[in-house]
Amino acid sequence: MSEFTLWDIVYNLLLAARWTVLLSLTAFVLGGIVGLLLLMVRTAGNPWVMRLVRGYVELFQGTPLLMQLFIVFFGLPLIGIDVSPWIAAMLGLTLFTSAFLTEIWRGCVESIGLGQWEASASLGMNFRQQMRYIILPQALRIAVPPTVGFSVQVVKGTAVASIIGFVELTKAGTMITNATYAPFTVYGCVAVMYFLICFPLSLYARHLEGKLRHVAR
Amino acid sequence: MAYKFDFGAIVPHWELLLDGVVLTTELTVIGAIVGVSLGTLGAWARASRAPVISQIVGIYVELIRNTPFLVQLFFIFFGLPALGVKLSEFQAAVLAMIVNLGAYSTEIIRAGILAIPKGQVEAAQSLAMNRVQIFRYVVIRPALKKIWPALSSQIVIVMLGSSVCSQIAAEELTFAANYIQAVNFRAFEVYFVATALYLAMSVLLRWVLKIFGNFLFERRSHV
Repeated sequence: MSEFTLWDIVYNLLLAARWTVLLSLTAFVLGGIVGLLLLMVRTAGNPWVMRLVRGYVELFQGTPLLMQLFIVFFGLPLIGIDVSPWIAAMLGLTLFTSAFLTEIWRGCVESIGLGQWEASASLGMNFRQQMRYIILPQALRIAVPPTVGFSVQVVKGTAVASIIGFVELTKAGTMITNATYAPFTVYGCVAVMYFLICFPLSLYARHLEGKLRHVAR
Repeated sequence: MAYKFDFGAIVPHWELLLDGVVLTTELTVIGAIVGVSLGTLGAWARASRAPVISQIVGIYVELIRNTPFLVQLFFIFFGLPALGVKLSEFQAAVLAMIVNLGAYSTEIIRAGILAIPKGQVEAAQSLAMNRVQIFRYVVIRPALKKIWPALSSQIVIVMLGSSVCSQIAAEELTFAANYIQAVNFRAFEVYFVATALYLAMSVLLRWVLKIFGNFLFERRSHV
């Protein structure tokens, strides 16, 4: 049996960390797109659609991410779509991310004064133009800090994907532990790697928040 | 071939699901009470002028907030025995939830403390109250009142997060669901029901916390 040095452990974890990053990025970008679409249909004002989106958000914020992944992973094959752990994780995390982002962004859009809507409407702008030229540019500025902050939740959420068998950082940690019997070292390294990914994002979000507060003053 | 849903297959196992709900509730209640207490202490340390303690607590908060709960759980359950600390599944799960919620609530409660007007603390000082008295009678209650909604959401998040405790075989709701689907192969139905149970629990928990908050803060405002 070969010996594992600390470097072997770190090297293999780094290889797996690429998947954590890739899954996070994919879920964040796709979740952002879906979240933006949901925001649009919700803001457009049909009360039934609004209620539907509200329910969607409630559903994803009121149930564990693990259950959402299980349902995607075990549910889709029932309607004839065979999913790999990668697809299931990506899909589950995308839905999860979209629900949270659309809720965060709704707050930002609602914080734009009603006068802005009325003024742009009085200029004869339609909903799309109002969004594109008046509301979103202003909402975007306040939306960036909480959005960056939420990206940390997405990265941490990818750890749950290990449970449906997707080999990312946490799963690799478990596999390496099973080979080395050194859980303290391995999970310590895993935690450090998550920290190295997440902490800069947290700091950046805080920095942006501070800047915004400065401007608001 | 179309799949035939059979939710009836879960009925014989309802006691397992109920046990799971009970254990998840136990984890949440202990985790919330001890975790928020820890967070209150942490927030006090952060707001106090003792730089070393404040920094240590700051590092703890950042470490926990920037790593996944699942990894914290694995570290506690699989890693700590290397240091001679052997915990049962339940103990490890509770400890992980306390440590996790402790960090988040430290940060939330600190925000509440920072929002207390300086004049109130100065007024208390001029009444010759000492630091413990000021914190106990002047600072903590209005601080908690201000951030109660945020704290409630965090407690709900921790309750939902406890579903990953099934991975160290703590026998909570997700563990029960895993067990049942391994017996009757009705994975989708079981997880669907478990998800519905979690949803009901989170709605209920939010409601309970709201009532509890009203009870805590809406009474006589002094002391």
